[in-house]
Amino acid sequence: MPLDSENKTIVPTEFKTVGTRPVRPDGMDKVTGRARFGADMSAPGMLVGAILRSPHAHARIRKIDTSKAEALAGVKAVITSKDLKAQPGCDMDILVNVMARGKALYDGHAVAAVAAVDMSVARKALKLIEIDYKVLPHVTDVDEAMKPDAPVLHKHIEHDYHQDMLETADHVKGKNEKTLPPGKRPSNIAGRYQFGHGDPKKGFREADVIVEHEFKTEATHQGYIEPHACLANVSSDGWAELWVCTQGHFMVRDTCASLLGLDVSRLRVTASEIGGGFGGKTTVFIEPVALALSRKAGRPVKVVMSRDEVFRATGPTSSASMKVRIGAKRDGTFTAAEAILKYQGGAFPGSPVEMGAMTAFACYDLKDVKIVGYDVVTNRPKQAAYRAPGAPMSAFAVEGCVGELAEKLGMDAIDIRLKNAAKEGTVSSYGPTFGPVGLVETLEAAKKHKNYKVKLGKNQGRGVASGFWFNFAGQTCTTINLNIDGTLGLAVGTPDIGGSRASMCLMAAEELGIPYDQVRTIIADTSSLGYNDVTDGSRVTFASGLATIYATRDLKAKLCARAATIWGIPEEAVDWENGAARPAGANAGNFDPLTLADLAEQAAATGGPVAGHYEVNADGAGPSFATHVVDVEVDPETGATEVLRYLVVQDAGKAVHPSYVEGQFQGGAVQGIGWVLNEEYIYGEDGRLQNPGFLDYRIPVCSDVPMIDTVIVEVPNPGHPYGVRGVGETSIVPPLAAVANAVSAAMGVRATTLPMSPPKILAALNNKMRQAAD
Amino acid sequence: MLLVKLGGSLAGQAGGQTEFHVEGRNVIEMLRNLGELCPALKPVLEKGVTVSVDGRLQREATYHPLTPDNEIFLLPRMAGG
Repeated sequence: MPLDSENKTIVPTEFKTVGTRPVRPDGMDKVTGRARFGADMSAPGMLVGAILRSPHAHARIRKIDTSKAEALAGVKAVITSKDLKAQPGCDMDILVNVMARGKALYDGHAVAAVAAVDMSVARKALKLIEIDYKVLPHVTDVDEAMKPDAPVLHKHIEHDYHQDMLETADHVKGKNEKTLPPGKRPSNIAGRYQFGHGDPKKGFREADVIVEHEFKTEATHQGYIEPHACLANVSSDGWAELWVCTQGHFMVRDTCASLLGLDVSRLRVTASEIGGGFGGKTTVFIEPVALALSRKAGRPVKVVMSRDEVFRATGPTSSASMKVRIGAKRDGTFTAAEAILKYQGGAFPGSPVEMGAMTAFACYDLKDVKIVGYDVVTNRPKQAAYRAPGAPMSAFAVEGCVGELAEKLGMDAIDIRLKNAAKEGTVSSYGPTFGPVGLVETLEAAKKHKNYKVKLGKNQGRGVASGFWFNFAGQTCTTINLNIDGTLGLAVGTPDIGGSRASMCLMAAEELGIPYDQVRTIIADTSSLGYNDVTDGSRVTFASGLATIYATRDLKAKLCARAATIWGIPEEAVDWENGAARPAGANAGNFDPLTLADLAEQAAATGGPVAGHYEVNADGAGPSFATHVVDVEVDPETGATEVLRYLVVQDAGKAVHPSYVEGQFQGGAVQGIGWVLNEEYIYGEDGRLQNPGFLDYRIPVCSDVPMIDTVIVEVPNPGHPYGVRGVGETSIVPPLAAVANAVSAAMGVRATTLPMSPPKILAALNNKMRQAAD
Repeated sequence: MLLVKLGGSLAGQAGGQTEFHVEGRNVIEMLRNLGELCPALKPVLEKGVTVSVDGRLQREATYHPLTPDNEIFLLPRMAGG
C-alpha cells in the first residue's frame, strides 16, 4: 500500500462511504430554483449599478464629462477611474482592467459606472456620460501583435527582437525586421520563456522521421451559465459587505480591499451559489466597481453583467499560434521535440503560455526537448484562467504531431504513446521528476475499452490524445462542529463549483464511520474561517478534503477525550470505531459505546461544544493524466462534424464521489468539443467583438454530443491520506487534439486551425480535391 | 548545499544560469539566499514563484524543510482554473 509521505500513514484502499454515489446535497435547491446565486441577493434601499464600456478596441480617453448623468433624477453615484485611485501595493493591471485610465485597451473596457434607483434610469445615465476618445490603431491577432511594426499597447513593455531573430528566426517577421538594431524597444511581447533539457539538435539528427506543423487556436470563453453578479454594501462607518458569485471569496476580499484602500477586516465577503466558473471567476471585474459605487452613494448596490458584457469584458482564454516539431526512430521512440508557443492574453501581460510550455510535452519521456513561449498583449479583454490554463492549446499541437507520427510509422495511436509515456521516475519536460503517475494505466484502459474496437465507416475517423495537468493545493482552513443532536456541520472556505460539498461530507463520514447524510457542509464567509485559497487548480477535493479529514480526526480525538471523562479512564484507552467511542480493549473497562448523539447530549457536562479544526498550506497534490478516444463523422457536403463516440480515461487517484468525477470528465470533454468544433472570438476590422452572445458564439448543447463514456483509473496519490488527485482540469487538456485527430483522419487532411467549423472543413476538403486533381 | 534548478522565465532573469548551489534549511531560507547570490532574481522571487520539492509543488514560500537530497526546481508562479 502507498504511504502518505507527509504523515507516514498507510493510504487505505478499502472504504465504506468514500467511493459511493449519494444524492448531491445542493441538487434539490438548484433544480427547484431555491438556490441563491449572485443575482438573487437583495438589500433594503438597494440601487442598481451599470457600467459604460468602450466601443473602441484602442483609444485614448481625452476627457470624461459625467455632469449630465449626475444631474439625472434617480442617479445616486457616478464613478470613473478617478474614484478608484491606485493604492500602494495594489495590482495595477487588475485596477486598470476594472476601470480604464487614460486609454481604453479593448472593446468593452469599462470607462465609467453609475448607481441609480433602477436599471432604466441607470441606462439613461450611461447615455448622458460624454467621452472624448481619440481612436488609436489596434491589433487583435497574436502573430500580428508580435511584429515590430504593430501598434503598441503599453510603452513600458519592451522586447529585444534582434535576439529573437538570432534564436528562433521566423515568428516575429514584420516589415522592419531586417533593419532592427539590437536592444530593447517598445513591443507587445511581454515575456519570453524557455523550458526543456538536453540537445534537441542532436536528437533530431538521430530521428528517422520528423513531423512539423504550425497550429492556431482561437480564444474561447469559459461559458459559465451564470453571469458575474454581486451586491455591495459599504456603510457610513466604513464597514463593508459583499455577496458575490466567485471561485474565491477570500481572494475577492483581499483584492477589493487592496484596490479600494479598505482594511481587510472591514470587508466581509460571502460566496453565493455559483453557476459555473471554470477558472473565469478567479479574479475581480465588477466587485470593486460595486463597492466604489456603494461607498459613494451610501446605499447597497447590485451589479449584474449581461451576457454581452461577459463576452466583451471578462476573461476568455488565450488564442495561440504554435509551431511543433517531433522526431522519432522507426520503432516509434521519440528522439527530440521542440515547440514555439505564442499566446496572447489580451490587453495585459499574463497569458498562460508558461503553463502551456510546461505541459506541452509532459506526457512523454524525452531526453532532448525545448519549448519556447511568448506572452503577447493585444487589444482584447484580459484573459482569465480557463480549466488547465494554457494546456489544451499546446496539447492540441503536440498531440496532432504525435498522431501524424503514428500514421507515418504505421503504428497504433495508443502504442506509440505507451512507448514514450512518462511514468514514475521520468524527468518531466518542465524539470521535476514524476512520482507515481497514471498515464500508462489510462492508455492501457483506453486500449481495452470497447470503443477502441468499433469499426469505422466512410467519412469517419478516430482520434486519440493524452493530456497532463499539475493540480495544485494551497492554503486551506476547515472546521467541523458537533451539533446538539449528534449531526455534524462542516465549514469550508472553498466555493463549491463541482460538487465538493458532497465529497467533503463523504470524507468526514468515512473518518467517523457514520452515514453520509449526518454531515452537512457549508461554504463559510471570510469572517468565519481562516484564509482559503481560490477554488482553482483542481485543488478543492484534494486540499479541502485533506483538511476535512484532519479536522475530523481532531474532532475524533476530542470525542474520545470526552468519552474518557465520562468513563473515568485515560484518553489513550478510548478508540473511535464505527461511529462511536469504544474502550480500547478489555483492560480499558467494560462500557457501552458512546455515539455522536450520546456525546453531543453530554457535551455541556464534559466541557462544552466539540469541534475539530485543521489549517494547512497543503502540498502534495498529485499530477493527473488522461487519455481520450473519439470517433467522428464528417459530412463532406456541409462540413459538419458529428461526434459519434467519446471516451475519457483519467487517473483520479481515488474517486471520492465517482459520479462527480465522471461529471468532471464529461464536462471537460464537452467544453473541449465546443472549443475544437465551434467556439471562437470573432473580431471585425474595427477590432470589435462580432459575436458576444450564445446565438453567435455556439457552445455545445446536449443534442451536439453523444453520451461521454468514462473510465476512472485510480493510481493513489501518496500526498493525500485517501490517495486523491484533482480531476477538474485534466479532462479539458486532450479533447482539442483528440477531436482534431479524429476529424483529420475522417477528412484525410491534417487539421491545424481551430475551430474546425464547417466552412474550414469544406475549404480543407476542397483544397484536398484540387490537389488530387492537379 | 542545496542544488536549485531554475525553469522558464527564471533562468532568463538569472542571465541564463539554470543551476545554483545555495544554503538553506527550508524554502524561505533557500529563496532568501538565492536572491542574495543572484540579485537579478530577487524581484521575481519576491513577487512569488512555485517551488517543486521532489515533485511536490508549493505555490508560495514556506518553512518546508529542505536537505541536499531534495530535487528542487523553481518554476514560474502558477495558477489553475
